[in-house]
Amino acid sequence: MSEITAEQVAHLAYLARIDLSPLEITNLTHDLGQIVDSIAKVSEVATADTPATSHPMPLTNVFREDIVVPSLTVEQALSGAPDRAGDKFRVPAILDEE
Amino acid sequence: MPYLTKLSAAALSDLLVRKEVSAVEATRSHLDHITAVDADLHAFLHVAADAALETAAQVDARRAAGETLNPLAGVPIAIKDVLATRDMPTTAGSKILEGWVPPYDATVVARLRAAGLVLLGKTNMDEFAMGSSTEHSAYGVTRNPWDRDRIPGGSGGGSAAAVASFQAPLALGSDTGGSIRQPAAVTGSVGVKPTYGGVSRYGAIALASSLDQVGPVSRTVYDAALLHDVIGGHDPLDSTSLTESWPSMAVAAREGLKDGALKGLRVGIIKELSGDGFQAGVTQRFNETLALLVAAGAEITEISAPNFEYAVAAYYLILPAEASSNLARFDSVRFGIRVNPHSGSLTSEHVMSATREAGFGPEVKRRIILGTYALSAGYYDAYYGSAQKVRTLIQRDFAAAFSQVDVLMSPSAPTTAFKFGEKLADPMAMYINDVTTIPANLAGVPGMSIPMGLAPEDGLPVGLQIMAPAKADARLYTVGAAIEQLLEERWGHTMLSQAPALTPTEMFASEEGAV
Repeated sequence: MSEITAEQVAHLAYLARIDLSPLEITNLTHDLGQIVDSIAKVSEVATADTPATSHPMPLTNVFREDIVVPSLTVEQALSGAPDRAGDKFRVPAILDEE
Repeated sequence: MPYLTKLSAAALSDLLVRKEVSAVEATRSHLDHITAVDADLHAFLHVAADAALETAAQVDARRAAGETLNPLAGVPIAIKDVLATRDMPTTAGSKILEGWVPPYDATVVARLRAAGLVLLGKTNMDEFAMGSSTEHSAYGVTRNPWDRDRIPGGSGGGSAAAVASFQAPLALGSDTGGSIRQPAAVTGSVGVKPTYGGVSRYGAIALASSLDQVGPVSRTVYDAALLHDVIGGHDPLDSTSLTESWPSMAVAAREGLKDGALKGLRVGIIKELSGDGFQAGVTQRFNETLALLVAAGAEITEISAPNFEYAVAAYYLILPAEASSNLARFDSVRFGIRVNPHSGSLTSEHVMSATREAGFGPEVKRRIILGTYALSAGYYDAYYGSAQKVRTLIQRDFAAAFSQVDVLMSPSAPTTAFKFGEKLADPMAMYINDVTTIPANLAGVPGMSIPMGLAPEDGLPVGLQIMAPAKADARLYTVGAAIEQLLEERWGHTMLSQAPALTPTEMFASEEGAV
């Protein structure tokens, strides 16, 4: 059994910016332990001389012509926003006051 | 005219082109059928009846005026809810995007509109396409038309169920690890995952960008080919889109109907995708299909792909890693819901965390946390790095196989449709279900699932998976159409003509009161 702890899951949830309830942390700690045990076998065949593949069809330097093309209007860009102020996205405070 | 819903897209297209049926009549028939059966099946999350009839009327007017239109103009189609549509909500099956109407169309959707297809609505799916059963949709399950207590596959269970229940002749799906092919297999329909880069991903809400591919869902191989020809080809808006020109998939499918189409075809059977873990009836139908192929002149070779054993493990590292990064965009600022925390200060960080807690379901949280773990310092090399190396090894297995054979075949899924709840409590049991389909995504090669019979033990559909080398999608259509024809000649009917008749919704109303 891999050693995934509740503290680790809570830290990962913080990194991923997802609040989790204590019950969710308990369940995820269990699930993650099982899943990681099952998938850890990738290291059995991944030898040092095997190159990594990040993309199935390697493409490089995909450019387009540097010309102006139509884009979303301000109204379209803001149409799905949960909150707005005039022509801008309104967001909660970035910094905590404390 | 209820018979219109039974027609293939090609047959309906013939009637439309000859003006024997109008697009409005065809659309109304499908909308009526949706009203009759979908309250129970729940293949659709949104039905755009008025807009569909309006599009249909425009197609009729253009045809009447003598315009030459795409043959599929006026043919109805359902769209998986992972694809952005500027006039319909697009949720990817998630609460976090509830009610979101994108300000733009996915390229594939824009191409459908340009070709005059009639967009019926959006289909249900596992949340952000994470799942193999559609049980992870935030909006409730979709039922399998063959047995309403069973899953329609996933993540594209809605598209497959819509097509299999004659609510639409065509649908779009997306396939990251089998989300088009496995639902096709368990619903007795046809689904194709094109070569990676063959169809634009622009406007497809990203799950794992190096694995995702949009593709056709239909009841016949030829219909899938017609749809592939509409949606495929280079798109400058997707930087991973391949720039080559593609042959017509429809022409390739017609080639498969000619006498001797399978003669001399070299077919590889993958040793690692058989045996233990495969349902007896699945193996039986697969072996019978191989016997038919041999009788038709194909040569069968057993191929070993030793690294396929590691494919599921590699996939469940690569996918969560990419997903955890892709889903970071749901930050409660630009789109989607915003939820304030119960306590603490209202900073952007706290609001984002509370929003994601409320907006994401359990499977999405599980995979984001798993991906965050796989990418974290100290574990990256052992997990994500190793998984990328396995990906190389799987590509090499495919390359070795395709140096000996023209196509590879396996069952599309190890079992027929399972019951709701059967695999929900054990994530690995659900993940292992994709063992047959995942290798194609890791290597970027195209794959197709077509029905190959009913399993004797449960009377449920079994799918045949055909895979071809990257960019040889046309070969899939030739071979798929040939096998479909062979099987239907042998059966004396199509697969979906055997599906149980659907009871109109009212019959279930009282029974379902408590659900």
